[in-house]
Amino acid sequence: MRIHPRYTQRLAVTILGGATLLTLGVLAFIIVFVLQKGLPAVSIDFLLSNPQDMGRAGGIFTTLIGTIILPLLAIIVAAPLGVSTAVYLTEYTAETRITRMIRFGTDCLAGVPSIIFGLFGFIFFVTTLGMGWSILSGGLTLAFMILPTIIRTTEEAVKAVPKSYRQVSFSLGATRWQTVKRVILPNALPGILTGIMLGVGRSIGETAAVIFTAGSSLRLPSSILDSTRTMAVHFYILAREGISSENAYGTAATLIIAVLLINLTAYWMMNRFIAKRS
Amino acid sequence: MNVIGEKGVQRILSVTAFSAISALLLIALFILNEGLPFIFRYGLHDFLLTSDWEPQAGKFGIFPMVAASVWVTLGAMVVGAPLGIAGAIFLSEFVPKSVMRVVKPTIELLAAIPSVVYGFIGVMVLAPLIRTYLGGPGLSLLAACIILGIMILPTVISISIDSIQAVPQSYREGSLALGATTWQTIHMVTVRAAKSGIIASIILGMGRAIGETMAVIMVAGNAVKIPHSALDSVRSLTANIALEMSYATGLHREALFATGVVLFVVIIILNSVAIVALRKRVAKK
Repeated sequence: MRIHPRYTQRLAVTILGGATLLTLGVLAFIIVFVLQKGLPAVSIDFLLSNPQDMGRAGGIFTTLIGTIILPLLAIIVAAPLGVSTAVYLTEYTAETRITRMIRFGTDCLAGVPSIIFGLFGFIFFVTTLGMGWSILSGGLTLAFMILPTIIRTTEEAVKAVPKSYRQVSFSLGATRWQTVKRVILPNALPGILTGIMLGVGRSIGETAAVIFTAGSSLRLPSSILDSTRTMAVHFYILAREGISSENAYGTAATLIIAVLLINLTAYWMMNRFIAKRS
Repeated sequence: MNVIGEKGVQRILSVTAFSAISALLLIALFILNEGLPFIFRYGLHDFLLTSDWEPQAGKFGIFPMVAASVWVTLGAMVVGAPLGIAGAIFLSEFVPKSVMRVVKPTIELLAAIPSVVYGFIGVMVLAPLIRTYLGGPGLSLLAACIILGIMILPTVISISIDSIQAVPQSYREGSLALGATTWQTIHMVTVRAAKSGIIASIILGMGRAIGETMAVIMVAGNAVKIPHSALDSVRSLTANIALEMSYATGLHREALFATGVVLFVVIIILNSVAIVALRKRVAKK
């Protein structure tokens, strides 16, 4: 028996629409659930006082510092490397076997799971290079991890700069590097910043790669060779070892708000960038 | 920059361009260097296919973890792939562009939520539900499949949408002009044309599911045994590494790195297949 196309059409729209609503519903549920349970615990005092008794009492101040400083270090290392890789790929070479190899490597690196980054960071930075569990080890590991994101977004941003800009610059006698520095990079900046923000967002939420490289010390670090604990790691330890569900929810809410703010800023910048281009 | 000069800049850039691929090679080198000697000594067959994981007794068979990772990944696909592809089709074919421009980034936000938060939701919400209505310990293979299924949704949806939108409009117009309904057009023309991209999205989702660690540790229960039902507690390859890494020494640590080697090789293979499939999509355009 054949069902009339009109009914299969209606059935399909219902099922597909239902699946989409379900997906959006799950997203909304996760955010609302965490914020509803966690926001009552969050206050200025919670953010700015040190954790006490392994996090059972007190706030999350030292983990907040860890959460700011690790991604910052990662960006300082990864952004120049990522941007120059992207500029080289788009402005300095034609599509060759080597650029294809570089792109393949970048895409592969993007898919490497964070536990592998953690293992690598542990054996390379912590052990082999003798950096110990430290901000330096953690930040460098994260830099490896976010490099592909920055390369890819920068490449998109640089490609979006109209060809005519380059032609005008070259016709005025500018060299390639002058064109890149004065014309292309300033115009691609919002797109590049988007990539950097996405990298920060990923670093902030990361646990597996951080816990084996930066450790989980709750003390305020005094140098980049000290161990530190990020909010994500703190939340994981609080939740998994059942230390304090109230503080766990509070940390989770702070974490979610931070990640959402960063990602929304990134999308906002991207949209403005696209709107300006078209 | 006059000091370095045009040639100098080009040379510097051409060196930094290898940063990502050097990072990948460095990671491969160090993981293989730590793990491969162990695999050769212990024997690949014994390592992968025996079931006794007793580090104190010098027994390192990871078969239960391999089985758990395979089941968790397949389960996540069963949950995530249909939902994701359905969402992608709906958003790209049935919804106005303006709505899509808001909804797609919203769904991509799902990818930004830290995996520990997903794990926590699994522990607080999903596991009690499973325990109450289906029995068992709650922290189980099933819980891991559902949580991972949700976690791969953004990957599947986002890449599938890109592939479906890359299908030339004339394909759809041709089909509609022949009197097909939009749904007939979608499943007979559009989805077939976007096939390689959709498959790539599923493979990339699989890579994400196999590699996920923290969420799985929190919801899967972590018992080292071959699962017999979806309600059993299981331990994935990733969980095995993360749980024991903090105190492992000597041979035990080498065995954990060897587990990492297995994971790394599987992921690189999956990624390569997906990348090739995505290239095909671009070539078609």
